Amino acid sequence: MEDGDQVIKKFMYMNRKAPYGTIYAWESLEVVLIAAAFDQDISLVFADDGVYQLMKDQNTEEVGMKNFSKTYSALGDYDIKKIYIEQESLEERGLSLEDLQGLKYEDEDDDWAEKDSIILVSRAELAKVIDEQDVVFSF
Amino acid sequence: MSMLHTVNKSPFERNTLESCISLAVPGSAILLIEDGVIGAMANTKHSEMVKAAMANVKIYVLGPDLKARGLNEGNVVDGISVVGYGEFVDLTTEHSAVQSWL
Repeated sequence: MEDGDQVIKKFMYMNRKAPYGTIYAWESLEVVLIAAAFDQDISLVFADDGVYQLMKDQNTEEVGMKNFSKTYSALGDYDIKKIYIEQESLEERGLSLEDLQGLKYEDEDDDWAEKDSIILVSRAELAKVIDEQDVVFSF
Repeated sequence: MSMLHTVNKSPFERNTLESCISLAVPGSAILLIEDGVIGAMANTKHSEMVKAAMANVKIYVLGPDLKARGLNEGNVVDGISVVGYGEFVDLTTEHSAVQSWL
C-alpha cells in the first residue's frame, strides 16, 4: 500500500505473556508507542496469557511495580484502532471481555465518533489476520 | 516438617505447576507467586488439576501478586488460602525447607 511516497506496511504486535512476571508486556507497549510515530498500519494481538495484560482493576501497590495498564487506553490517541483478542484464550482462562478494560479510538472520518478498538476473534480468524501481515513482532 | 514449594510460572506457559504437584509429597505446601498465581484461579483449563492436588497438599496464593494482575481473590479455587508477604515469611519458617520451582 502506498501513501504518497511513503510505503505503509502492516505491522502486528503479538502479546502472549502475563504482565509483571516478565518484562515482555511492558516492553511491547513501549515499542508500540514508539512505532506509532511512523504512521504504519498497526495491529495488536492479545492471546494466550497476553489477555491478562488488559485485566481491569490491576493494583500493583503492594508488589512495588509500576501499573502500566492505564497506558493501554492511550493507544487510541496514537491512532491504533485494531486490537485483536482471541476468544479461545479468554475461554480457557474462564474470562470474558467483561473482565478486560474497554479500549476506544476517535474516528476522524466519522466526525470523531468514539468507536471500539477491541475486535474479538476466533483462533481461525486470528490465523488469517496474522497471515495478512508484512511484519509480526512477538512479545 | 514438610517442604514448602513455590511456583512462579503460569500453568498456561510452563508445566512447572504440574511437575511440582506430581513431585510434592502428601502433606507439603505449595505457594503460588508472581505469574504462578494464575494457577490459583477457578474455571480455567487447569483448575481441575489444582483441585485434585488439594487432596494431598495445601495450596496458598500470594494476594499482592493477584491484585497486581487484576485477579479477584474471591475467584480462586475453593480451598486455596490467599496470603500476604507476612504469611509468606511465616510459611518459610514453618516448613523444613523451601523448594523454588522455576
